[in-house]
Amino acid sequence: MANFETVVVETDLLILGGGMAACGAAVEAAHWAKQNGQKVTLVDKAAMDRSGAVAMGLSAINQYVGLKDGKNTVKDYVDYVRNDLMGITREDLVANIARHVDSTVHLYEKWGLPIWKDEEGNYVHEGRWQLMINGESYKVIVAEAAKNALRESGVGEIYERVFIVGPLMDGERCAGAVGFSVRENKFYVFKAKATMATMGGAVHVFKPRSAGEGMGRAWYPPWNSGSSAYFTMKAGAEMTCQEVRFIPVRFKDAYGPVGAWFLLFTSRATTAMGGEYMVERRPELENWGPYGRVKPIPANLRNYLGMLDVLEGKGPIYMRTEEAIQKIAEEFKDDEKAYKKKMKELESEAWEDFLDMTISQAILWAASNVRPEEKSSEIAAAEPYFIGSHSGASGAWVSGPEDLQTGDTKNEYFWGYANMSTVPGLFCAGDASGASSHKFSSGSLTEGRIAAKAAVKFIVDNNSMPNVGDAEIEALKKEILLPMDLYEQHKGDTTDPEINPNYIKPKMFMFRLQKIMDEYAGGVTAQFTTNQAQLEKAMELLAFLKEDSEKLAASNHHELMRCWENVHRMWQAEAHVRTMLFREETRWPGYYFRSDTPKIDEEKWKVFANCKWDPKSDNWEMISRPVRQIFA
Amino acid sequence: MPSYVNPEKCDGCKALDKTACQHICPNDLMVLDKESMKAHNRDVSMCWECYNCVKICPTQAIEVRGYADFVPMGATVTPLRSTDSIMWTVQFRNGDLKRFKFPIRTTPEGEAVPNGGYESAGDLNSQDLFTEPASLGLSEVFTLNK
Repeated sequence: MANFETVVVETDLLILGGGMAACGAAVEAAHWAKQNGQKVTLVDKAAMDRSGAVAMGLSAINQYVGLKDGKNTVKDYVDYVRNDLMGITREDLVANIARHVDSTVHLYEKWGLPIWKDEEGNYVHEGRWQLMINGESYKVIVAEAAKNALRESGVGEIYERVFIVGPLMDGERCAGAVGFSVRENKFYVFKAKATMATMGGAVHVFKPRSAGEGMGRAWYPPWNSGSSAYFTMKAGAEMTCQEVRFIPVRFKDAYGPVGAWFLLFTSRATTAMGGEYMVERRPELENWGPYGRVKPIPANLRNYLGMLDVLEGKGPIYMRTEEAIQKIAEEFKDDEKAYKKKMKELESEAWEDFLDMTISQAILWAASNVRPEEKSSEIAAAEPYFIGSHSGASGAWVSGPEDLQTGDTKNEYFWGYANMSTVPGLFCAGDASGASSHKFSSGSLTEGRIAAKAAVKFIVDNNSMPNVGDAEIEALKKEILLPMDLYEQHKGDTTDPEINPNYIKPKMFMFRLQKIMDEYAGGVTAQFTTNQAQLEKAMELLAFLKEDSEKLAASNHHELMRCWENVHRMWQAEAHVRTMLFREETRWPGYYFRSDTPKIDEEKWKVFANCKWDPKSDNWEMISRPVRQIFA
Repeated sequence: MPSYVNPEKCDGCKALDKTACQHICPNDLMVLDKESMKAHNRDVSMCWECYNCVKICPTQAIEVRGYADFVPMGATVTPLRSTDSIMWTVQFRNGDLKRFKFPIRTTPEGEAVPNGGYESAGDLNSQDLFTEPASLGLSEVFTLNK
């Protein structure tokens, strides 16, 4: 076996990940852990200042309810999320985040995040729930607060550049995590009384549209590799909404945000034929139950209307930037000075939207000499992503808070500790917890806080260090380092280490996964359409892939991380395919379309489609759970 | 090759235990060649063009060249990040130039106060987070049927 020193770290609360949810967990846990004499350990695979999905920055905060101003209620937010997700949502979880999220945003302001304000000192909204920010350093500021909290309270320690592979178990209870340093020969064993999975969603499970360098320009970052999903599944946690992927429609290729153009400039989207699918296709909405009639129209249905035009050969779809700007010019036609001022302001806002969060889009516009006032820019559906924090919903099935249950939901949605999965001691937040969409950055951080407080309480109530035998740890170490051993053993078999009959390198392994998912599980190539036969074919090919995952090879620490990231993606893929097979209807047509069950079936399928892998038997169980409305 | 390193400017972050770009890259892409003492991006097809290596480089040796498989050549987008603001220079393929400056934070670097000054009594058994209800601007946290 590769010569890695085993480092054992014992702690009370273990936070896995370093993104928004993990930082929220650290800030909140520091307070309660200090009060209760507990220790907190955070493990990030990158550097906290710039890790996670907000590493580049963001141009808006997408969840602010504004409770103190009386503009919206918790119920308003729940209604919005329920409708956008076509009725499938855990209202207790959504409400729990919504009632606390304003606290987090107010903290951001104190921490130093510049939130735009109008002349009266009120936040500037991009939309009903969205606030405009100067967010280049959003993650830096949040990480700083988390690090300060852990340092000042004296309870915390942080490990950076340690990649977590999977869970450590004591029977049914989560006992911590195992992983390795991506810098030195160290195998890490973190033993903990409670563990938080906050390692983000998954990108590159499906083949991206760009196949060369541009492959890295996924809309969601390429380092989100399904580690939360793998961790929770391997612990034996019940998972939910694994079929609910998200496909954003963005500026084509660089995936720059469209929010400023749609919302601030009120730009239209039209096709090559000049038609406006949101108008012409309106009757189609009638086919999608009550959800086709709500405002705003659910994101997946908006996608779907555009996709129908593209399928009919009416593409490209254009964001009519020139028309939107012309409209503004007309408003100011008698005052050229005011027009110029307004345009300068809007131009700066539009470019900041790109520069804060998708710098590639700024490069693409500059490289294509785009002048938005003269010419439209193309928008397109990206590829599928797993992002339970946004308009997807995949994640672990977690307990809600006790006080947001009704008599009807208490037995279904509550088992003791908010955000604890069905595995005792394993808590989830952000992209790791499912059926609580539209939490975005601010809600994810808030959910991290909620889960961390509950985890501290769990530790108070269950204050014993779980038992894990040395033999088990040694077996995990062997399994995790195997790709390095295989490489050393076989690298001399051929003259080029990239091609070898005895192992597979992680990149080709990823391409194989992406091809399966793209062609059979409703990727870009398949126009987001699949059916039972195709999904069964995907399962067949995934089974071979899973067997071959034991032949993954790594020539260094970086590749060892890539090997395991792709195993994580593979598990996310399997849960996705199994759940699409299970749900015999089409409910989110703009995310995926099952051509053999092309209609929504409210009677039979207005339920959560859950799944669970059993570590003992290696079997999967598909479970249907009721959707109960709390905010009627 | 999304981010690339200018060999004239890169000094391998001399005398430091690791280079700044290696330290910051969220995808573990930047590596230092110990012989030449120059850094490079080891897998450009996994680069998100997040610019964190560009922003952190102490010698401004790192730039980004747009993804070769869909971006026409010739444009550059260059940040200059200070402690409270960032200046962007956008150079178009046709030579046009735009410059933007945005604030990045309102507090001194390093001084984010975790509780933001919101004090609360704090009860592990309640639904209130540690800054609540003060940080909500309300007298209590929302609950059902109260």
